[in-house]
Amino acid sequence: MEKLEGEKHVKYILSVEKRKDDFESLVMDHLRINGAYWGLTTLDLLHKLDCVDQEEAVSWVMQCYHEDCGGFGGNVGHDPHLLYTLSAVQILVLFDKLDVLDVEKVSNYVSGLQNEDGSFSGDMWGEIDTRFSYCAICCLSILHRMDKINVEKAVNYIVSCKNLDGGFGCTPGGESHAGQIFCCIGALAITGSLHHVDKDLLGWWLCERQCKDGGLNGRPEKFADVCYSWWVLSSLIIIDRAHWIDKSKLINFILNCQDKEKGGISDRPDNAVDVFHTYFGVAGANYLSV
Amino acid sequence: MSSDDGEECLPLSQRPEWADVRPVPQDDGPKPVVPIHYRENFREAMDYFRAVYLADERSLRSLNLTSEVIGLNPGNYTVWHFRRLVLEALNADLHEERDYVDRVAERFPKNYQIWHHRRWLAEKLGPKAADKELEFTKKIFTIDAKNYHTWSHRQWVLLALGGWDDELDYCQKLIENDVFNNSAWNQRYFVITKSPLLGGLQAMRESEVSFAIKAILTNPQNESPWRYLRGLYKGDIEQLLSDNQVPEVCLQVLKSGRNFLFALSMLLDLLCFGFQPSDEFKRIVEGLTNSESSSSDTNLATSVCNVLETVDPLRANYWAWRRRTLPSMVC
Repeated sequence: MEKLEGEKHVKYILSVEKRKDDFESLVMDHLRINGAYWGLTTLDLLHKLDCVDQEEAVSWVMQCYHEDCGGFGGNVGHDPHLLYTLSAVQILVLFDKLDVLDVEKVSNYVSGLQNEDGSFSGDMWGEIDTRFSYCAICCLSILHRMDKINVEKAVNYIVSCKNLDGGFGCTPGGESHAGQIFCCIGALAITGSLHHVDKDLLGWWLCERQCKDGGLNGRPEKFADVCYSWWVLSSLIIIDRAHWIDKSKLINFILNCQDKEKGGISDRPDNAVDVFHTYFGVAGANYLSV
Repeated sequence: MSSDDGEECLPLSQRPEWADVRPVPQDDGPKPVVPIHYRENFREAMDYFRAVYLADERSLRSLNLTSEVIGLNPGNYTVWHFRRLVLEALNADLHEERDYVDRVAERFPKNYQIWHHRRWLAEKLGPKAADKELEFTKKIFTIDAKNYHTWSHRQWVLLALGGWDDELDYCQKLIENDVFNNSAWNQRYFVITKSPLLGGLQAMRESEVSFAIKAILTNPQNESPWRYLRGLYKGDIEQLLSDNQVPEVCLQVLKSGRNFLFALSMLLDLLCFGFQPSDEFKRIVEGLTNSESSSSDTNLATSVCNVLETVDPLRANYWAWRRRTLPSMVC
């Protein structure tokens, strides 16, 4: 009988393999704070957050802070960006250390990235994507500073990204994609705007993501990937339609993606594990009460 | 000398043009969270980058250094930011820059920063950049026709810089190459609704319905054309019900006895909208039903739900809910 190898995953997170030739570790350098969020949240889900030195972690997070503008970078010495600002705030919440923040400054950084049409840029360079709408809204919600943005315009922009299949893309007209859908649905939920969602239509699109192997894909005719256990499943939960997928088959898929010897979870069975997929696999399994 | 991937070069510490720079090591603190191990040349390149970044040195050697770092880690967005600042300061040739980005994007097509950099460049180069951008995305699509970043970029180019002339034909070609390419179907909808050169959804509906139906009949298990077909009638149920072609394609697929899941769900939607089915429909669905669960009193919609629950067990709960929530006057 397959089970979630919680202890092995904790071991994996705590001692990430030190291989200098590993290109994966190199490409994570600029988003280390995302990696930290995924790793720490996984530990928290497995009730092992106390394995990490809280003070060290918080102090390192604050080294990523930009005093001049209130944003956080992906690593020490990296430019500020919404993606990493959200991770920083979420990590501090995990440790219940929001008090180290200059909340006004951080929320001003976030709200300053809203554009005229209600969308959000990721940073000063202006890339627009509904992912950033979610990052901004989630962050400001945690900080209780939603009043700093124009919520109505933010919602209207997200709704303009709704497609004929009930899903959402990165920008208006962008293909429906489970990751983007999670961001849009999450943002709409936080702002009390789920009435804009055709839950039945979207719920059907989302449950059609389940493949024969029990896993979930992110778009029609793509392969299943463990990370969609989060993007699709949490979207279904938000719109109260999680019972439209076959949960036991999904559980089996997630458990099959584990490295049962060394710990960690991969995107699909027998592939290399990484922190990103370990987090989403454990989070999905958690939802499914595994 | 710099190279695009920084692999075969002399270490920076041994290059005369960098002799005056003191590299700045990364300060992780004593116990870094999620420690990452570095290849030696990556570490060195980042140490030198940090030096010029902190000194805000917007020089040619800084530009070359960003090329090296990008070659080692194209996801490093800070390096791309700094590169843009340097390009502006040097008043660099942006056509050359585009050639450079072409090479990098071919190596790393799933990277957000590259596409954003391309967008910044294209904005600066103006509408005449449209052709090259569209050509470049086509090149990426030959490797990965569903690349989400590339589609997002192509849509942005069309909206911001133009170039709609061949877009519908291009969608056609992609769909002919792979009828299961959902991105191409999405793009088709994008074109017929947003292109200033076409008449809009209503004007295009008839020809597009024919196109979708042809695709459905070739591969009835293909999710995309069924969704596309539904989208063509969005907000116009009357038109959907009055068009014979839609129930007709459902019937044809059902008759084949194979790959009829989407045909059944389309039939279910039609029935819920008030479609009056012929006896032929009732006979065919009855043939698919488990005879134990059906009775002469069962309406067609209920039978359809029953069949779907059986043949699509992953979504059994969804089909059961559809059955429970059928409109009262449904056939």
